[in-house]
Amino acid sequence: MAHHVVPFKTNLITLLALVGLTIITVITAKFVDLGNFNLALAMLIASVKASIVLLWFMHLKYDGMMNRVIAVTAVLFLLIFYGFSFSDLYFR
Amino acid sequence: MSTVKINRKETHSHHFSSMDQEHEAGKQGVWLFMVTELMMFGGLFVGYFIYRGLHYDAWYEGGSLLDWRLGAFNTLVLLVSSFTMAQAVTDTMQGNNKKALRNVIITTACAFIFLIVKYFEYSGKIHHGLFPGFDLWTYEGQTGENLRLFFVLYFVMTGLHGLHIIIGIGLMFWLIKRLRRDDFNEKYYTSVEGVGLYWHIVDLIWIYLFPLMYLI
Repeated sequence: MAHHVVPFKTNLITLLALVGLTIITVITAKFVDLGNFNLALAMLIASVKASIVLLWFMHLKYDGMMNRVIAVTAVLFLLIFYGFSFSDLYFR
Repeated sequence: MSTVKINRKETHSHHFSSMDQEHEAGKQGVWLFMVTELMMFGGLFVGYFIYRGLHYDAWYEGGSLLDWRLGAFNTLVLLVSSFTMAQAVTDTMQGNNKKALRNVIITTACAFIFLIVKYFEYSGKIHHGLFPGFDLWTYEGQTGENLRLFFVLYFVMTGLHGLHIIIGIGLMFWLIKRLRRDDFNEKYYTSVEGVGLYWHIVDLIWIYLFPLMYLI
């Protein structure tokens, strides 16, 4: 697990993917009117970008199980936090 | 005879059983710290979404008062800095401290560019009476106090993020000092990887801040 050296090419492709998705974010949010779906789409793209950062730049793809569990737990608890907050706001 | 003090770790500390274990333990500590960062910003994002749901018109007006071009530019700056940081980790893992030093310096330069753009954005907002404190708020918007609430969240969230950038610059200076001293090698690069993880989390938070503040 340890000492996996990520090659230059992988880092570069990661960067290009992130830049590409940023351009898609701007185009879809600024110039395409999808109504309420715009927010959901922007968050979906942002989450894809965040996953790319976590997996490749932050090495979770090559990391041991422990750090992956730590990261997934954080996301899980955030989802619980968001789930309860929004169900209270919109369904009370 | 060596007169230069080199801090390079050749063996593990006495309370670890191997350099690998020491490295993994250090990295895991950074990961746990990153979880607390996600929780801290997570709370602010919940606040953002709740008030957005309640005052959508104010959020729409607030977003249109921000210049998305500057936000997009800063997004690209941070992405490039994330790439050079990841590359610095790759370089130190290959034992090339010189190349890593160059990449860390580029990362630091990107951080400064980000802050300079942010400075112009902030001073513009303050100039237009859009700072929601210290009696500086004079803007006459269509959505009144709710617009002010948007700018409270804007300044708190981007401000806290900016503070992380400033702390990151401090960490980069520390790395620059140690890389110039040739401290790291293929077996010992925990500090570079740890700062890298921190820097990527700062980038990751901006990935959400940019569309939520500037675009939507």
